[in-house]
Amino acid sequence: MIDFFIIPVIKVIILFTVCLLIVAYTTWAERKILGHIQLRYGPMRVGWHGLLQPIADGIKNFFKEEVIPDNADKAVFLLAPVISISVAIILLAIIPFGEPFTIFGKKITLWLANPSIGILFILGFATLGSYGTILGGWSSGNKYGYMGGLRASAMILSYELSLAFAVISIIMMTGSLSLVDMVSAQHGLWNVVKQPVAFFVFLISGTAELNRTPFDMPEAESELCCGYNVEYSSMKFALFFLAEYTHMFVFASLVTTLFLGGWHGPFLPGIVWFFIKTFAIIFVCIWVRATFPRLRYDKVMKLEWKFLLPVALANVIVTGAVMALV
Amino acid sequence: MAEGKTITLNMGPHHPATHGVLRVEVELDGEIIVKATPYIGYLHRGIEKLAESKNYQQAIPLSDRLDYASASANNMGYCTAVEKLMGIEVPKRAQYLRVIMAELARIMGHHLWIGTHALDIGAMTVIFYAFRDREMIMDINEEIAGYRLTPTFFRIGGVAADTTPDFIKKVREFVKWFPKALQGYHTLLTENKIWTTRTMGIGPISAKDAINAGLTGPSLRGSGVAYDIRKAFPYSSYDDFDFKIPVGEKGDVYDRYLVRMEEFAQSIKIIDQAIENLPEGPVAIDSPWITNPDLVSVQTDISELARRFVLHTKGPVGPDKEVYHAVEGAKGELGFYLVGDGTEHPFRMKVRSPCFYLASALPRLLVGHMIADAIAIIGSIDVVLGEIDR
Repeated sequence: MIDFFIIPVIKVIILFTVCLLIVAYTTWAERKILGHIQLRYGPMRVGWHGLLQPIADGIKNFFKEEVIPDNADKAVFLLAPVISISVAIILLAIIPFGEPFTIFGKKITLWLANPSIGILFILGFATLGSYGTILGGWSSGNKYGYMGGLRASAMILSYELSLAFAVISIIMMTGSLSLVDMVSAQHGLWNVVKQPVAFFVFLISGTAELNRTPFDMPEAESELCCGYNVEYSSMKFALFFLAEYTHMFVFASLVTTLFLGGWHGPFLPGIVWFFIKTFAIIFVCIWVRATFPRLRYDKVMKLEWKFLLPVALANVIVTGAVMALV
Repeated sequence: MAEGKTITLNMGPHHPATHGVLRVEVELDGEIIVKATPYIGYLHRGIEKLAESKNYQQAIPLSDRLDYASASANNMGYCTAVEKLMGIEVPKRAQYLRVIMAELARIMGHHLWIGTHALDIGAMTVIFYAFRDREMIMDINEEIAGYRLTPTFFRIGGVAADTTPDFIKKVREFVKWFPKALQGYHTLLTENKIWTTRTMGIGPISAKDAINAGLTGPSLRGSGVAYDIRKAFPYSSYDDFDFKIPVGEKGDVYDRYLVRMEEFAQSIKIIDQAIENLPEGPVAIDSPWITNPDLVSVQTDISELARRFVLHTKGPVGPDKEVYHAVEGAKGELGFYLVGDGTEHPFRMKVRSPCFYLASALPRLLVGHMIADAIAIIGSIDVVLGEIDR
């Protein structure tokens, strides 16, 4: 009873609240870091250094008017943000946050589930999340939204591939699809040393998958006026926004898990190391956003099909060859 | 193009990348633009008509509001045109001060351009660096003129006030600081691979086409035509200064970008020369029919008081003739066509706005490019709607 019901329920509650808080404060961190890079302060008014800003934003969004455009496909329009956010939250379930520990003679694992198909689960659900973007853009009955949705679908079709190939080389080295096994296999030497090419391919195509600058095609605020979410208001918009940042958090945790040794690290407890690495990756994402211009849509496709995919494929082949020889 | 294959997209007047209120109706085949039609008129304030009901002195603030991003450069155009109409020769010190203000305004205009242009292409940090430096110019404007964005520092026959020690100090500080800041913009953009792929080969226009379309200023020089009114028909002592006219080769977005970046450096060079060699002397002509008496003599001398009264109730009188005078504004050839009729108002004022021609070249620049390029092209020709609609 305790093992199968109470502990998982407690873990779900903790995971859900903590992760959503982290996600909310990622938005705060993004605004703060962007602000300081851009010679301004970012949020300062709500709470000490704007610390209550995410909460104020949430409350504000609840009280905003719900606008559903006349020529929107109403059911799909309402469903799209739900798909986005629920898929993003499901992804959190199998991230291994730290090493297992024992309390009152019970072994507690710091992950909710460890399915044997681990990474496939992540790749599959991450792709499903893009349906939110596509359907949201398509159903809002707005040309900008429509174009944002179109771009999103093209992005998913292409960048999933190199993302998967980057992961395949890790799977080959670990011999398992489970994220926990992948972390355990990195005890001593991290995958980023063994697989630098896969790391960079994963980082680039992951950024593209997140729709963040320089690959923020589906929203491209200066071209498409925010693209797929242009017609969304109030909490529906906030759900898209939350989903985006949850995806960012998941992506950063995945990079940590797959390439940066997960919870491994000296002196500090595993979970602390995990969050240090994750926030370092998030910081890099924000830094990139502050610095780089946006690529053009067709160049993004070119980068994927003519550069990232061949490189990822070659990396898989080389990895295989080296493994066969050694 | 078969029916139903294209979609018509309305970019503007409140699209984030069509600065001000430019509206471009584009017809898209996928993401490729097959037809583009710019629409203007959303910012019409009737400046030309207003000028007819104001006296020559009073119309100066109107000219500030043409290209509000570089206000003093418009003052220069209007005041030199009126002085040509009235046959006034401005003292050397005033000419140098005007050059300083106009070049500072040019830098201000280019700051707005680099910031928004980079922001449109997605590099969001440049605008904050540009505005940090723009703020220094605003402080200089405030120091000497009292206003920041639209200083209205010029007067018919000279400038409004003499320099203050702080003004000289602040200009020198800016001249010393700005090359470093400019290097910062270059670091962020010039050799950035994403920036070059976004701008090289985009929206090219040949020298011939550019001339036929009436382009002037940096957009024309980007196509390789070294036409700059400051060199071609020097006014306000521009022939005293040593500066170069940067030109591009291909006339694409990147060349226009490089030309403007070099203009930053050249403007700083001009300001440096002007502030170091600032001649002594009065800052306005002393003509009872045009300029105010100084405030001390107004309080002691009844005839000076009467002169001030007449000037403020009636204003300087323009002769019964027509002039056209053009200066190099931040965006190109800014011309004022004035018809005087022997009264204190112009009978007609027509502004030859460079931005109008730039916007009218948009259809030929945009067709065949993608929608993301349209943003880059609109940013690169740098239109200010205040000047187009007037």
